[in-house]
Amino acid sequence: MDAITDNLDLFVSGYWTSLKICLIALVGSLVLGTIIAACRVSPVAPLRWIGATWVNMIRNAPLTVLLFFFAFGLPEIGVLGSYWVFGVSALIIYTSAFVCEALRAGINSVSSGQAEAARAIGLPFGATLREVILPQAFRTSIPPLGSVLIAMFKNSAVLGAFGVGGDLFSVSDTLTSARGYAATPVLLGVAVGYLLITLPAGALLALLERKTAILR
Amino acid sequence: MSGGLVLYDVPGPRARRRQVILAIVVGLAAAGLIALVLHRLNAQGQFEAKLWDPLVNPSDKNFAAVWGLIGDGFVNTMKAAALAIAFSLSLGTVIGVARLMLGRWTRIPLVGFIELFRGLPVVISIFFASRVLPDLGVDLSGWPGGEGLWFVVIGLTAYNSVILAEILRSGVNALPKGQSEAAVAIGLSRLQTMGIILLPQAVRIMLPALISQLVVILKDTSLAAVLGVYPEMLNAAKYIYLNLDNPIQALFVVGTIFVVINFALSKLAGWVERRLSRSKRSPGQDTDDEVRYITDTAELAQ
Amino acid sequence: MRSKTLIALLAAGTIALAGCGGTTPTESTTEPMTSDAASEPMASTDTPTFEAGTTMAKLADAGKMKVGTKFDQPGFGLKGLSGGPEGFDVEVAKIIAGAMGITADNIEWVETPSKVREEVIEQGKVDMVVATYTINDKRKERITFAGPYYVAGQQLMVAADDDSIIGPESLKEQKDKKVCSVTGSTPAENIKEYLASDSQLVLFDVYDKCADALRTGQVQAVTTDNVILLGFVSESDGKFKLVGEQFTEEPYGIGITKGDVAFCEFINTTLKDNEDAYNKAWDSTAGAVEGASPAKLPAAEPCS
Repeated sequence: MDAITDNLDLFVSGYWTSLKICLIALVGSLVLGTIIAACRVSPVAPLRWIGATWVNMIRNAPLTVLLFFFAFGLPEIGVLGSYWVFGVSALIIYTSAFVCEALRAGINSVSSGQAEAARAIGLPFGATLREVILPQAFRTSIPPLGSVLIAMFKNSAVLGAFGVGGDLFSVSDTLTSARGYAATPVLLGVAVGYLLITLPAGALLALLERKTAILR
Repeated sequence: MSGGLVLYDVPGPRARRRQVILAIVVGLAAAGLIALVLHRLNAQGQFEAKLWDPLVNPSDKNFAAVWGLIGDGFVNTMKAAALAIAFSLSLGTVIGVARLMLGRWTRIPLVGFIELFRGLPVVISIFFASRVLPDLGVDLSGWPGGEGLWFVVIGLTAYNSVILAEILRSGVNALPKGQSEAAVAIGLSRLQTMGIILLPQAVRIMLPALISQLVVILKDTSLAAVLGVYPEMLNAAKYIYLNLDNPIQALFVVGTIFVVINFALSKLAGWVERRLSRSKRSPGQDTDDEVRYITDTAELAQ
Repeated sequence: MRSKTLIALLAAGTIALAGCGGTTPTESTTEPMTSDAASEPMASTDTPTFEAGTTMAKLADAGKMKVGTKFDQPGFGLKGLSGGPEGFDVEVAKIIAGAMGITADNIEWVETPSKVREEVIEQGKVDMVVATYTINDKRKERITFAGPYYVAGQQLMVAADDDSIIGPESLKEQKDKKVCSVTGSTPAENIKEYLASDSQLVLFDVYDKCADALRTGQVQAVTTDNVILLGFVSESDGKFKLVGEQFTEEPYGIGITKGDVAFCEFINTTLKDNEDAYNKAWDSTAGAVEGASPAKLPAAEPCS
């Protein structure tokens, strides 16, 4: 266990780095996912096509491939930036496809009678969306959205292989290869770190789910 | 789907004009962006024949070797994914049923197990399998296919069996209460009720979700490349670009293969879903909504 | 019913796939070498005899051995598009195997990335590891090193038109410069003391990615052992150059089971007796790049 006690500062800073990545990507992917979902249900055909292509391309490619194209494809076309930004952007874009689908499933689950009734009593489009559809859609979307976001927290572990240094997973690499520590205790430390992110997130989610549950 | 029609009225002439203009603007912007990217890539010489030929030109001297590598990687990816699916399905069924049938207190350790593996990144699970198992004296090197395969399969199974168990459980929970009440009424035991009444229906509802999970597992095999424990398709791409210095091209080809397979699988899932919701054997509209909702949920729980 | 059929089909497919698992390609056996790389010249025709019970006797009896090396390190151990790995480490392993009467095609190559090298030795998955393996005290706690068979020195590579970095010291003064190396490697650890902050260090799994990042301007320097860098310089058509002195000494050793002194001494003697083959191996692999200095077998450390 000296692998953990000797390097506690590394583990702690790795934990904070991973947490920071997760929180930024959380906000980013929710915003971007909502925009893409809006595109997918929009009346403008090219927007729908872009939304559909986006989702189908990104959802079906491994995150590792996407990360690669961010880290090496973007500089190739002259876009330079820190690998940290590239990595987090790739994570946001990857997750946005899933967020979009969760939201769309929510919107689809609202029966069409709701929107028709809203229009029948004279509510304009904005109000229909705001007052009738979205509140119901959002509640339905919470459980899948939660799974998506927790999956994203876990996916953030892959960023360490693409120039994003200092996160929990890279810590395990540094300790086991360059410094020659045995793998088991190091991995235990890293696993605990990730559980300290995902388990509280899961608990928070379950709470939110119960608070917003509707009788189905 | 026709989500659009729910949200807004059929547009009038002015709205339609506005939409056409917006459509043209968006289309042009997208086309312009793509053209810009292609232009930049071209300026960097990324379309040079010597970078692409080994991948696309059968007369290139490396073509056969390159596709041999990709082919091996493809077979390995499929092998790991198929094994992981099979194990996750069987283990997932056991865990799911156990969680449903155990009492409030006796299921606590099981729930702990589920939460543990649901919370661990898959890449860490695979890393664990490859490093901690040998430390514990578990020797997989004699297993068919080599130990690398089993590290990936074990890592993937640890995570996905738990996810499948949860999918199955929500499937059973989505069934109308009358099903289990009727089963009890005709004198079936709890295990019989589960085995011949609830589980078959739950599997049937969850079939699309199970197929969607294939996509997830297939993609996650590529995590082995990050760890370098198993020669799957992404690993093949690495050897190609280390030898031929064409990373963008090699990854583009392998990435496309992934997208095509997974897209086909997603379509299959969609087809199964539509067939299921069309058949009227299910106990009413409610369950159909539930099916779609659960399916979407499961698809997303990547 | 439909669902049952589908599941049955899935299951059947899985079993069929599981059945066809042969050997994994990571453990490939090399094709006989066609190049003039120095695999032949050892006295490997007649099987030498060894004292019973030693590792050498065991391996010579078996007539084959497992060697761990890198598969992704150009110049030292890089798996080709078909066949096994090639490079200086691979040739050194062949010299040692040859001295036990084991021919190159009886060596089973096992991919050993940096992070698993101690484990595979401890767990007996390979008989030795030749994989740009820097000798250090932490590692010596778990395994024994024969050699060193080569002493590398860490250096910096920058863009040819970059005059702002003249050595590792420049990195501390210019906090916006980024330097690239490989995750968990010794050079990555060594460079840290020259950096103003950890965020200056960018890490990837292979040096090829670092060279790519330097070319596109994502990083301003790449650091690792001088001869690996020379390989990139000679490939770059004058776009890269080396700067500064070599600022570390990295003795590469051959990892074997801890405490196997007899095997360790055998390896050291073998290398000493085969200096010609050693030099030839160097010249045909890592030493073939422009600007590389000729190899000189360093004096072996005492075995323990």
